[in-house]
Amino acid sequence: MNRIQKLFCEPKEKLIPFITAGYPTLDSTVDLVCGMAEAGANMIEIGIPFSDPQADGPVIQASSQQALDNGMTLNKIFEQVTQIRERTDVPLALMGYYNPILKMGHETFLNNCISSGVDGLILPDLPLEEAEPFCALAKSKDISPILLVAPNTPDERIKKISELAGDLIYAVSILGITGNDLASKDALAKYLNRVRENSVTPFVVGFGISSREDVIWFNEYSDGAVVGSAIIKNMDEGPNPVETTKQLIEVLKGRK
Amino acid sequence: MKNKFKDYNLPDDRGHFEKFGGKFVPESLIPALEELEQYYAKAKTDKSFQIELNNLLTHYSGRETALYFASQISEELGFKVWLKREDLNHTGAHKINNALGQILLARRMGKKRIIAETGAGQHGVATATVAALFGLDCIVYMGEEDIRRQKLNVFRMNLLGAEVRPVSSGSMTLKDATNEAIRDWVTNVESTYYLIGSTVGPHPYPMLVRDFQSVIGKEAKKQFENQSENALPDRLVACIGGGSNAMGLFYPFIKDDVKIVGVEAAGKGLESGEHAATLTKGDFGVLHGAASTLLQNEDGQVTLPHSISAGLDYPGIGPEHSYLNETGRVQYFSATDQEALDAFQWLSEKEGILPALESAHALAYLRQENNGIKQGENVIVCLSGRGDKDVHTVAEALGIEL
Repeated sequence: MNRIQKLFCEPKEKLIPFITAGYPTLDSTVDLVCGMAEAGANMIEIGIPFSDPQADGPVIQASSQQALDNGMTLNKIFEQVTQIRERTDVPLALMGYYNPILKMGHETFLNNCISSGVDGLILPDLPLEEAEPFCALAKSKDISPILLVAPNTPDERIKKISELAGDLIYAVSILGITGNDLASKDALAKYLNRVRENSVTPFVVGFGISSREDVIWFNEYSDGAVVGSAIIKNMDEGPNPVETTKQLIEVLKGRK
Repeated sequence: MKNKFKDYNLPDDRGHFEKFGGKFVPESLIPALEELEQYYAKAKTDKSFQIELNNLLTHYSGRETALYFASQISEELGFKVWLKREDLNHTGAHKINNALGQILLARRMGKKRIIAETGAGQHGVATATVAALFGLDCIVYMGEEDIRRQKLNVFRMNLLGAEVRPVSSGSMTLKDATNEAIRDWVTNVESTYYLIGSTVGPHPYPMLVRDFQSVIGKEAKKQFENQSENALPDRLVACIGGGSNAMGLFYPFIKDDVKIVGVEAAGKGLESGEHAATLTKGDFGVLHGAASTLLQNEDGQVTLPHSISAGLDYPGIGPEHSYLNETGRVQYFSATDQEALDAFQWLSEKEGILPALESAHALAYLRQENNGIKQGENVIVCLSGRGDKDVHTVAEALGIEL
């Protein structure tokens, strides 16, 4: 059992913050991840920066560009994950667009995931139609492929996606890009109930989640809440990104 | 090679040209792509759709466009050059063929809002034009660098009632305009039709843009047979950015014994690092929803292309071109900014036709030493657009202040 599988056996509230690897500085990721784990994050998503992030809004786009300008690469991310693993056992998922992974090669990429200590992968531009070979290989290496569903995904397809994923799926809260505003709570509840009924795996929700109230609400209707743009935006507001981010995590967890 | 292509019937049901093509998009776009596939499959066999499209192509865009035997340059070159005059279309380029086809699909799907990306602005103008014709809202995403290079087309789009949204991320060109259009589509997928301008993007776009553009090749084939002494030309030539004018000319000849050449933009030279020669210099990757060939660095980050021609300034290429390249059915050459500029002036002076800078790349190939063209060959060149939009760029390159 990998760390993600273990975590989702526990019926507790889950907060899953997202940060972009290499942002705000090339070396900030290790301390940020360990700090967030310390402050109560239950699992952490680390974004692989990409030149053309189609599913991302302006905040994550800008962080991605800055991370690339800082010199972040996939190999550096694996080095930093290795360092993170010396300090924390928090479940880690990499979130990234398909091309850099394809360029490294499925096998090499997944082997790097194993040796550094990555537990899961979120690939927003690898839908069911194209995901099968990659998912099969990932699962054979005990890495959880976390496939996405959206509000317009039909019931039967939600089921198929969750069957292919196997451990966990990620429900995008809105039709839109990261950081957009949420829809009405009624519409969201209806959608999340639909995911609950059709998914054979636990699921987390992300896109547009930013407050303690959101985290509580989404944990009622799903198995965890992902917060991304709000973390990145907040990071820019204090003098010390790690401290600023830890404080926000504590607020989102209801510790402050 | 001939046999392999005798029964050419790609893409397959999943939108693949073997390892190229497919649908690499966020989940929320999948239902929209499936809906588009269904409507397109219906339209293909629906006579009323075909009649409506043909009427528009004939009476609105002014098809068929001429196949012109360019006697002056033919005499100079020693082989026969036939220009397929897509520049004579309404709006001045081949882009309208596809825009008309897709706007009819959008109407059948009940979409009221049209979005598009544009590089040189020709596709933006074509989209703004057809949106005006059918009274639909139109938003065109365009990189700030392209807006600077193509002011005239920006103003044309505004006159046609479209909103041009400047894109300031990345290289501020076609690649980034496409990212922004995809983001808009993901957000507004239920109300919005994304009218892609080239044979790129997720399935079914590369197929349907090719099909709508293949009117170029179908006409050229018939015209050549009527106007020349031969049944088939020896060679076809077209410039390639995303590859729509080229696929339009090539597709009806794929099964025939005809040599086919695509010409990419070599910018400041293939070794300069500043070019858009995707097939010549790129490798396998996924961008804008399809597996194809990309200009990218060793970490899989897409690198910035360069071409004097905004329409070719793109780091990817249509998946079908990647397939035709890998199988050897089409040969791909490249021409530099300077060669294109020279060809622009050459055609203007010799034939009295100002070609688009994009099309000038195809013309430049005719003048290259190692192009493999034999004396007496019949060569059809797709003159994909007219050069009026490029006079500012050409003047700037020649150091002339207008």
